Amino acid sequence: MRKLWHLLGVGCLAALMLVSLTACAGKSVAQQDVLTADQKANRITWGVKADTRLFGLEDIKTGRLEGFEIDLAKAMTKEILGPNGKCTFVPVTSGTRVPLLKNGNIDAIMATMTITPEREKQVDFTHSYFDAGQSLLVKKGSPIKSIKDLNKPGEVILGVSGSNSVKNVAKYAPKARVLQLSDYAQAMTALKSKQGDALTTDNGILYGMAAENPNYEVIGGNFTKEPYGIAVNKNQARFRNKLNWALERLEKNGTYNRLLLKWFGHVKGFNYQEMKR
Amino acid sequence: MQKFIDAYSWINIRFLLQGLWVTIEISVASIVISFILGTILGIIRYEKIKYLSAIVGFVIDIIRNLPLLLIIFFTYFGLPNIGIKPEIIPAAIMAMSIFESSMVAEIVRSGINSIDYGQTEGALANGLTRWQALRIIVLPQAIRNMMPALVSQFISLVKDTSLATIIVLPELMYHAQIIYGQNTNYIIPMFVALAVLYFIVCYSLSLLAKYLRRHLA
Amino acid sequence: MINLITSQWQPLLMGLWNTIFCSVIALIGSLIIGTFFALLEISSHRVVRIIGNVYVEVFRNIPLLVIAMGFFLIVPMYIAKINGFTAGTIGLTLYTSSFIAETVRAGINSVEGGQLEGALANGMTYSQAMRYIILPQAFKVVIPPLGNQFINLVKNSSVLAFVAGFDLMYQGNLIANDTLETMPTYFIVGVLYLIITLPLSYYMRYLEKN
Repeated sequence: MRKLWHLLGVGCLAALMLVSLTACAGKSVAQQDVLTADQKANRITWGVKADTRLFGLEDIKTGRLEGFEIDLAKAMTKEILGPNGKCTFVPVTSGTRVPLLKNGNIDAIMATMTITPEREKQVDFTHSYFDAGQSLLVKKGSPIKSIKDLNKPGEVILGVSGSNSVKNVAKYAPKARVLQLSDYAQAMTALKSKQGDALTTDNGILYGMAAENPNYEVIGGNFTKEPYGIAVNKNQARFRNKLNWALERLEKNGTYNRLLLKWFGHVKGFNYQEMKR
Repeated sequence: MQKFIDAYSWINIRFLLQGLWVTIEISVASIVISFILGTILGIIRYEKIKYLSAIVGFVIDIIRNLPLLLIIFFTYFGLPNIGIKPEIIPAAIMAMSIFESSMVAEIVRSGINSIDYGQTEGALANGLTRWQALRIIVLPQAIRNMMPALVSQFISLVKDTSLATIIVLPELMYHAQIIYGQNTNYIIPMFVALAVLYFIVCYSLSLLAKYLRRHLA
Repeated sequence: MINLITSQWQPLLMGLWNTIFCSVIALIGSLIIGTFFALLEISSHRVVRIIGNVYVEVFRNIPLLVIAMGFFLIVPMYIAKINGFTAGTIGLTLYTSSFIAETVRAGINSVEGGQLEGALANGMTYSQAMRYIILPQAFKVVIPPLGNQFINLVKNSSVLAFVAGFDLMYQGNLIANDTLETMPTYFIVGVLYLIITLPLSYYMRYLEKN
């Protein structure tokens, strides 16, 4: 009987080794050409937001994702793969998007991601597709009028972990305490339950929050520039160039402006003339 | 009051139930996998097979002493590095199964340990093979002994699926967050709904276990 | 990896400290509350017993994440301003106390067998008998399972990451998002958790054997 156990043991070990061998034989994500693979599969997998109004938000009624970034991703997919090109949307948060891109679960990130030098060490960006700027959301009637008012001990600023805005806060209001939550839904809820004095992130996202919460307003103007880019893995120059090409075409043929008007045209405080391309 | 009436509109309830369905799907799959895998691992560990038992034991100890959140991250972010690229739901099932199997293995090991070794010796003396002794004499008693621990582990599993919101698994907790994130008036109604729905699922699981114990024992 | 440790050891250590701190508070709190509800559960009064049962079943069957998030988001709106660490620790305490109540109750049931009657017959009051005769024996029986609860508690304290509780997991998430070195960061975080839980777990097994 002992023999059987030994046999089983050897079998398990062999299976384990087989798995690790096939794993080594499989091409690593960085070596595969994403564009070729996507063209073959006729499908691009995008990492998008599911909790951010105006950019990418899950509709409770239909379960579908909707927003400016979703529409832009659909349009770009059609440009690159042709009218029958399909796209898959994987909801990500600021915390999960880069690991998912790096391990190949998604091909590209279009999820309100600011182009920064630190991030460029890890991923490659396309040209900016939306020029946001960081701002603040507070309850109406709050004594806070700008980021300077928050630069005091005892003030608490809410943000989303993994977003560039929490990094900027350290520069503009180093004395305040920053609480980082996992996504915008949590951050907005935390602001409402008075866990912080202000919520900071990019103006476009804040406008979306102010639109659904009339007791809150965006204040203080933009204190940084946050150009959003589409992120792809390193060594995917062909894919990135194709994305840039598609983006340019959409900007030239008016699709970009149409989408911008569709999502932001009615938003109070948003300057369409300044943002159109 | 109006808040509650608005919050429990059919659209929102349906969205919550869709999330609940994913929770149940993942729980059932993980319970089945971790029960089978955990039993096998527990027996391997108990049997003290050269090298294998020690290695399995070490891996189990590492996994069951880590927070589930880390296992979720390692599975979803790390597995693709060795060529396995699971989508979100299979990834969640894998993470839950890896973690829960190691917890079940530990329960199984101590369950078998609790059975007097004299019974195995007796069985061997009566001409049963070691495997037969384990399967016919020891395991049935051990499983009866470890039922309470197993059930509470599986209830924990159902509850722990909520942690996978962090990787945007569309289960009950995440769907509730989407709803109250879009309308913050719904925070309290949504938490009430979460508490009630999780309670119903987990409590019926423990009732089911009680029923099984009474009718199988 | 070494880079990560040298540049990030401060937030990591702070996180580790908060994790230990929160776990110890929650352990003490849940031992007290858990024992209290265990005593309610074995009371001879029907109503008292029902209260104990309801408490245990409610907190045993609702995810810790729901409890902790509930405290974090709802309590500050209506009751009192509490931060993420406090909210998370309260949630963890209440959640764990239901498990401890079950463990202690099983322990008490395992000693009873006429000892309570004996003590009462010898002129002790019910609370004296509990305090001097039953509970000390019960605790001896339940130390290994309690140890396992403590290990679970340390692991479960990672839920503080969801409520900005500045624990080890929260700091790990921040570092991972900041440096984008996801796997190495979580590897280090994992090792730090194991430093707390692994020795405890081996010690518990040693106790179980002897």
